Amino acid sequence: MKGLVDIYVQQFKTTLASQLQYRAALFIWLIGHILEPLVFLVVWSAVSRSNGGSVGGFSTGEFAAYFIVLMIVNHLTFTWIMFEYEYRVRQGTLSFALLLPIHPIHSDIADNVSYKLITVPAMLLVAALLGVAFHPTFRIVPWAVAAFIPALIMAFLVRFLVEWTLAQTAFWTTRVNAANQVYFVLALFLSGQIAPLSLLPAPIQVAAVILPFRWMIGFPVELLLGRLTPVQALTGLAAQAAWLAISLILLRIVWRAGVRVYSAVGA
Amino acid sequence: MRYLRLLFEFLRIGVMSELAYRANFFVQLFVSLLELGTALGGLTIVFAHTDTLGGWQPDEVLALVGIYFLVGGVIRLLIQPSMERLIESVREGTLDFTLTKPEDAQLLISIQRVEIWSLTDILLGFGVLAVALTRLGASVRAWQAAAFAVALLAGVVIVYSFWLILATLSFWFVRVENILVIFQSMYEAGRWPVSLYPAWLRFALTFLVPIAFATTVPAQALAGRLTWQLLLGAVALAIALLVVSRLFWRAGIQRYSGASA
Repeated sequence: MKGLVDIYVQQFKTTLASQLQYRAALFIWLIGHILEPLVFLVVWSAVSRSNGGSVGGFSTGEFAAYFIVLMIVNHLTFTWIMFEYEYRVRQGTLSFALLLPIHPIHSDIADNVSYKLITVPAMLLVAALLGVAFHPTFRIVPWAVAAFIPALIMAFLVRFLVEWTLAQTAFWTTRVNAANQVYFVLALFLSGQIAPLSLLPAPIQVAAVILPFRWMIGFPVELLLGRLTPVQALTGLAAQAAWLAISLILLRIVWRAGVRVYSAVGA
Repeated sequence: MRYLRLLFEFLRIGVMSELAYRANFFVQLFVSLLELGTALGGLTIVFAHTDTLGGWQPDEVLALVGIYFLVGGVIRLLIQPSMERLIESVREGTLDFTLTKPEDAQLLISIQRVEIWSLTDILLGFGVLAVALTRLGASVRAWQAAAFAVALLAGVVIVYSFWLILATLSFWFVRVENILVIFQSMYEAGRWPVSLYPAWLRFALTFLVPIAFATTVPAQALAGRLTWQLLLGAVALAIALLVVSRLFWRAGIQRYSGASA
């Protein structure tokens, strides 16, 4: 355990240093993360205004709060591993990671967390500016705010493990782009990014309960905004724990099978 | 006329080199359909809760989605690949080969690479537009259609000039790929009428990154809500940007030294 902590500390130092080299690229990525929730915030505000100030249990100010919090949660939990893995496998750079006496997922986690450490201040600033521009209404429920922290950490872990597992598709095909696209479309509708889930048709809501997407993004957002009952919050945390277990098992199986078919093309 | 023949020739080369990878067509078609499904799904959800969106009827927003795909397809077919190639060749010094050819260099670099599978986006865009138009039916008059054609052409010219200016920056700053990424992520915002956005964002989408002219303005023309002042403004901006980008390109070429060739 001590060894693992040391490795993480070292990994943080190296990735922080290397990412600070490419500051421009770092912040250009953020534009997409800001723009998408902003667009849906604007659209739903317009819908709400043309319906006398509220739609489906959301007032204009609550839509603003929802999408601003969603922007932060989405940013904190997102990963880019699905884009990167295809390159690693195709170019064979994965071979170096395989030579190390530690599972490659650890350096990816450290990478991800250090990127977030650099970018989160900027995102919080953007959130504050959007707050000034759109007048969100927050309803503070102390227990829900406290429960938000574990829900957010679980959401990050589930999303990281699921996307890391899906990234292994690259071992079997070099055309992962289409597969990634399917995943992102599903996530857009089922995680609450396009609209709060309660505004979607009933079948989609059912699918959202069963599949992991809601537990990766929508659930922590609704929790922080005080829109869930204590029972719903506990059920959600349990669903997150279940998905964490499932994704861990899947990751082990897929990783073992994948490494076996890996032939280090191009290395 | 000769320019059209040249463009056709480059298209032919693009088709030939891509036909070697025919499976890509189905992958691209699949991805395009997925994107279209996402856009239509979003519209369905929004219009399940409201009748009009900031004064726009559902079919008018549908027409806007069609235009968004159409213009996005043109960008991905010709403008984006060619400009990326330009940036690459400035960095690597291979622009020399283009500059020594007898044709106008700006024309050559603007059509030098064609991603033919993006035709799927253009075709889907036309399809969506056709459906939206039949549903809008008789309400589109001849002069509206004419205004639409002019506005669409002006929009494409504006987008082209804008990309050329950005790509030409590579003569001064070697790494400008990241600026292109900004345009791509901001283009997403053009899927909805810009009139929805708050004033500061509308300003940014109209003048900093001229996306409004590429999607919202042509859609307004179809909906019959385009004032002739705005149409004239779009045409004037298109001509002005075309001239500016031409001058900028000339200035950039002056600085080009072909360092690594």
